[in-house]
Amino acid sequence: MAEIPLLHVHDPAGVNPGRGAGIVPGASAAKGVRAVVAGAAQVLTTVGKRTVAIAAFLVLWEVAPRLGLVDRTFLVPFSDAVRALIELAENGQLWDNTRASLGRSLAGFGIAIAAGVPLGLLIGWYRPVAEILGPLLELFRNTAALALLPVFILLLGIGETSKIAIVVYACTWPILLNTVSAVRSVDPVLVKSARSMALPAPRLFAKVILPASVPTIFTGIRLAGSGSILVLIAAEMVGAKAGLGYLVNTSQQNFAIPDMYAAIIAISVLGLVFNQLLVTLERRLTRWRPAAGA
Amino acid sequence: MTAIRLDGLGKTFPVRGGDTFTALDGVDLEVADGEFLVVVGPSGCGKSTLLDLISGLTKPTAGRVLLDGTPVTGPGLDRTTVFQQYALLPWRTAQRNVEFALEARPRLDRLGRKARAEQAREHLALVGLSGFEDRYPHELSGGMRQRVAIARALASDPKVLLMDEPFAALDAQTRDGLQEELLRIWQRTGTTVVFITHGIDEAVFLGQRVAVMTSRPGQIKELVQVRLGDRTAEADVRSSPEFAAYRHEVWSLLRDEVTVGRDREVVSVG
Repeated sequence: MAEIPLLHVHDPAGVNPGRGAGIVPGASAAKGVRAVVAGAAQVLTTVGKRTVAIAAFLVLWEVAPRLGLVDRTFLVPFSDAVRALIELAENGQLWDNTRASLGRSLAGFGIAIAAGVPLGLLIGWYRPVAEILGPLLELFRNTAALALLPVFILLLGIGETSKIAIVVYACTWPILLNTVSAVRSVDPVLVKSARSMALPAPRLFAKVILPASVPTIFTGIRLAGSGSILVLIAAEMVGAKAGLGYLVNTSQQNFAIPDMYAAIIAISVLGLVFNQLLVTLERRLTRWRPAAGA
Repeated sequence: MTAIRLDGLGKTFPVRGGDTFTALDGVDLEVADGEFLVVVGPSGCGKSTLLDLISGLTKPTAGRVLLDGTPVTGPGLDRTTVFQQYALLPWRTAQRNVEFALEARPRLDRLGRKARAEQAREHLALVGLSGFEDRYPHELSGGMRQRVAIARALASDPKVLLMDEPFAALDAQTRDGLQEELLRIWQRTGTTVVFITHGIDEAVFLGQRVAVMTSRPGQIKELVQVRLGDRTAEADVRSSPEFAAYRHEVWSLLRDEVTVGRDREVVSVG
């Protein structure tokens, strides 16, 4: 992303191995202050740029019902939804339902990673296997997970198992397919060079294939992360006794419209936080990569 | 003493339709211990195949490669290769990339972590990269990346250094600088070097001997002994009349091959 600070001084000519060695001591204080001010201004501009659209959207949400542009009964102002959210948080309902959803989606997500990554590495490593299984995997991935929800319920009942199973299903394909293509697209020169060093296959895998695959695997994990919440919420609307999807649905049925919007806000916040966590983790694991655009 | 001996070496590849493609045919060559040999040939003459055979990455379909009298059966750390595309691990710093070669040994005769780091530092210093240990490949220029690759290839203390057009992707100035640097390193380490290139100037400047290859199927057409003395001691060897004479000799040998190759391509297209 664009806001990554320039941590490294590029010095392709190789003239200056000690970074920043050429700063003149006298001029540096004033320069430093100016740099801080400029930096702060830049941060503010960035924050402003990134929040202006959201702010505008929230204002519209607040104002439209109040001005009667939409029916206030069905679309409550943003502040009412927030008030309901606080209330739900206070009486413990919000936490209970969030915990139920989070538990399911993390369980499904975790199983999908534990199964998808090793399986993907294997399939990717053995080219013939990848060629044979590829079309089937593609078929599975393009079968909407929710279409299979009735099947899962039939086979696994209406309890936790079927909900976790559908999250596993939805998460597995992006992880698996990305891992397969990650392994297959490792720079052949790296493999050749490692082979020429007589590196035995298991170490070649651990030291070259796996690290080289991490960025692409992580793309799959991030896709799966957002997918896990998406699918789970829908599954919870069909049959559940707890969870944020359940909360949205029952609130609507009980005509507790502010509660419904509160639950929806909770779902978006949950999704955002989850995604942000994965993005942060991804950045930590792929710090060696040049910043985009560099 | 002979470091490498190629004995009637041949390599054919199967191609579609059941045919075979002959990359190398009956290559005989001896490389002396500590020699700097350059192999030059028209593109597609099997230069890289030759190097893959010496490194043990591919097996010959005829003849054999002898290293100190023993046949080569697979890759080994006594021969390391520097590739044109650097082949550095992008997630490792320069230092850790050099250490990579030291991690490849079997566990028993592998150095400890500290000794590996020390040896890697020494070899980065050898290629003039002290102070750049913690840079990632993408933070280094092409020339510096290739220096890291050379340091890595030398770190495991190989008998033979194989170089597959290592400077072909670099700009002319960087290339000239690295050629001199490579000669200096070679003089200091005494490693046997087999260097592959399609550049005539590069071949004459670097090689004690230049092996000129024929176009498909690859054979050694002629071995040119280059007597230019110490290239790094003199100011500008490249503009001396002797250099020009050797250059012309290799060029003439190659020109016929390039013409032959082109004619064949025209025939196969038409």
